Amino acid sequence: MGSKRVEEIQDVAIRFTGDSGDGMQLTGTKFTESTALAGNDLSTFPDFPAEIRAPAGTLAGVSGFQIHFSSHDIRTPADAPDVLVAFNPAALRSNLGDLRPGGMLIVNSDAFTEKNLERAGYDGDPLPALHGRYRVVEIPVTRLNREALKDLSLGQREADRSKNFFCLGLMYWLYGRPVETTLQWIDAKFAGEVKEANRRTLLAGYHFGETTELFPVSYVVPKAKIEPGRYRNITGNQALAWGIVAAGVQMQRPVFLGAYPITPASDVLHELARYRHFGVKTFQAEDEIAAAAAAVGASYAGMLAVCTTSGPGFVLKQEALNLAVMVELPLVVVDIQRGGPSTGLPTKVEQGDLLLALHGRNSDSPVPVIAAATPGDCFYSALEAFRIAVKHMTPVVLLSDGYLANSAEPWRIPDVETLLRAPVSFRSDPSGFKPYARDEENLARPWAIPGTPGLEHRVGGLEKEDVTGNVSYSPTNHERMTRLRAEKVARIVNDIPPVEVNGSPRGEVLVVGWGGTHGAITSAVEDLRAAGHDVSSIHLRHLNPFPANLGEVLRGFRQVLVAELNLGHLASLLRAQFLVPAESLTKVQGQPFKVGEIKARVEALLGRAARREA
Amino acid sequence: MAEAVAALSKKDFASDQDVRWCPGCGDYSILANVQKVMPELGIPRENFVFVSGIGCSSRFPYYMNTYGFHTIHGRAPSFATGIKASRPELSVWVVTGDGDGLSIGGNHLLHTLRRNLDLQILLFNNRVYGLTKGQYSPTSREGMKTKSSPLGVIDHPIDPLSFALGAGASFVARTVDVDARHLQEMLARAHAHRGTAFLEILQNCPVYNDGEWSEFEDKATRGSATLALVDGEPLVFGPKGARRGIRFEGGTPQVVPLADDADPRQAGIAVHDEHAPSAGYAFALTSLTRPAFPLPIGVFRAVERPTYESLLQAQVDQAVRQRGPGDLAALLASGDTWTVEG
Repeated sequence: MGSKRVEEIQDVAIRFTGDSGDGMQLTGTKFTESTALAGNDLSTFPDFPAEIRAPAGTLAGVSGFQIHFSSHDIRTPADAPDVLVAFNPAALRSNLGDLRPGGMLIVNSDAFTEKNLERAGYDGDPLPALHGRYRVVEIPVTRLNREALKDLSLGQREADRSKNFFCLGLMYWLYGRPVETTLQWIDAKFAGEVKEANRRTLLAGYHFGETTELFPVSYVVPKAKIEPGRYRNITGNQALAWGIVAAGVQMQRPVFLGAYPITPASDVLHELARYRHFGVKTFQAEDEIAAAAAAVGASYAGMLAVCTTSGPGFVLKQEALNLAVMVELPLVVVDIQRGGPSTGLPTKVEQGDLLLALHGRNSDSPVPVIAAATPGDCFYSALEAFRIAVKHMTPVVLLSDGYLANSAEPWRIPDVETLLRAPVSFRSDPSGFKPYARDEENLARPWAIPGTPGLEHRVGGLEKEDVTGNVSYSPTNHERMTRLRAEKVARIVNDIPPVEVNGSPRGEVLVVGWGGTHGAITSAVEDLRAAGHDVSSIHLRHLNPFPANLGEVLRGFRQVLVAELNLGHLASLLRAQFLVPAESLTKVQGQPFKVGEIKARVEALLGRAARREA
Repeated sequence: MAEAVAALSKKDFASDQDVRWCPGCGDYSILANVQKVMPELGIPRENFVFVSGIGCSSRFPYYMNTYGFHTIHGRAPSFATGIKASRPELSVWVVTGDGDGLSIGGNHLLHTLRRNLDLQILLFNNRVYGLTKGQYSPTSREGMKTKSSPLGVIDHPIDPLSFALGAGASFVARTVDVDARHLQEMLARAHAHRGTAFLEILQNCPVYNDGEWSEFEDKATRGSATLALVDGEPLVFGPKGARRGIRFEGGTPQVVPLADDADPRQAGIAVHDEHAPSAGYAFALTSLTRPAFPLPIGVFRAVERPTYESLLQAQVDQAVRQRGPGDLAALLASGDTWTVEG
């Protein structure tokens, strides 16, 4: 004990996998918290099935949580894990293909029973054959856990539920993580025998690591050199919820959320429902349509109104969104994209809703669209969405995705004083009031809310007469209003920053991305640049309107590659708007891009350039 | 509050827009009576909001000089929910029709009624789609021939009041478009009720379903064709010399003739109770249909329960009391954090 060698490594990715009832998400989350407190940079990727409890031991029920942590700056959960923890044969079978050759495979050998092997579709025990290819560590976790808890009065089923904590303790020892925060969390979360069981088995796992000969070495990953400040872990959904709360505080109006439960957006509803003391009113509606309609009603009444949903719900919200376009009221609709079409892949990531956001409504119905780039950026994107919505009197679509929603990263806590303060002001002066008179500069109409004497007026979905807002069927008025609505959104370009190029502003290959692919694209481009290649990247936060300099940036490169998790939405927009021969790198597997996939495609483009030169 | 409100008249509630319903439409009478009642409610004009969906009835807000929101087909209750939940001090009126409210908007109507926001929902029932030019609606009678049912309607119709009662509505009433006195009384009652007040207004469509309600509209037949519900009074109808009452025998309604000098209570005639703890009695009243029975008009049910917006606001107030007003910096720094030194 205590005499084992400690080896310093800079970077490691671990994937915890097991049945959806095995507590893998919890194990991953707790490991993430300890890793953050240990001062590493990190990125996580929870990947779980849509079924709450698929039949035990089957491939359908496998749940995974990958964490990548390091002593340097990282942006992705890593393409391939260095360590795979498999709680049963099904978890092994569905994840082994991703494990780095020569990587460490830790299995709960007790779970490799004939029955479980059969459920996973194995003819025999696969482990013996793996010893040559991986560092296989077989640990009888179930038995060791039971042993640790034997003098407690818990039944075997209850005791077995603690076994993930044994494994967590072991991993804490293996990577030099502190156990204290998890012990404190257990004390606060559980009571009685269950608390005692979780504490005991966590420590038993830790001590097992120290004493067993299975692990001759433990590892230390030094603290990362990151920007000074106060940090916390944050997932995209939590950051989004807090960004919405922050918008209410900074704009000094209460928030109204209209929502209907849908994966992976429900966590935002859950989170916001806890903030009544911020004046946040959450409304769980009878359906997605009513959620959006109530939000538009709240906006009409002067609240900061928001809806959070995912693809299938976003489709149903188009009707209310379209009315918000017509009546020109501020509204933020957040679409946390998932795999589709239809119900698709509820818990998996995709970026397939960009064209829906832009064009999913009848007639010409322009809305600004923005997308969050990282989990932490969801906070700032929410603020930006409200800023645009209120200042320009328009609904705004904010796109997140299933990967950003659940992934965690360390987040530097912003100083509230540095956040934009933009108190909402309503029209109150009745003299000369016209509901559709516009601001000369940005064409926004006044926000005149019920309860204001002298401003009584009517709005609705019928075409509005310019300036007065009265119903009008005049052909020329309709054309004028259609163009005004488009121009109003187009002029937002004057209110958003130019896109920044990561790398040289001109050159051979430009990789263009948007949304949650930021980490993978940036990592790939930085790796390639470090290897001396002529590659740059841009990441678009504003997708409608595009930043003013986008055309110029695109034309500064010989080859443009648009990487997105769909079949080419942004690529087709860029081709149409800028007449550039943009190529697509697409992926629709319900999984984020791997850094290697982007690098491979860029390398192919660079090879083409080299042949051209030759 | 009433004395603080400048005296308003009916005229103050008429907007500058030309009213564009068909000549003879029942909506004209409803509009005039709503404009008549508004000034009597003691509410500043700027606090009224009229919210509608799509259909002939839903043009209503354009003709009221109040705040008005002409929204989407069927969704008016949801927009109104957002408005009322946000700003409980506003007086929010929903105007809908049989197609808007009970077909495309049935789900929203149901859930709004059960939540019991303090709204007035006026459902103009003309048993036909007017704005789309004459298709059958969810309240059309079986067999009715329309453009979309040339061989007769085969849908079983829905009764708006049974629907509202089934949804748990706390106030359910019925009136007739051209019965000005009764309509005004029902509007005032709907407004006075704290909670969602559902008022069905039988309304004539002179173009696509003319005369649907004529026996209730015509002063000559109104007395014997309708049963005016009065709280605490027996269910008696008909003119002198032909008085009749409603008796429930084992739950089944019967029409009983009454001599002019007979005491209806002695004769076992049911006494109207708007506040009956169970909705069963009000349901039984909705089973009184023509021609076997007179059609009840008036308040079927009026019971008190907390409104959604007051419960929501109470949660906000309590959270502020218990946790203090939200502190953003404290929220962002809550839970586990760590400091990276420069």
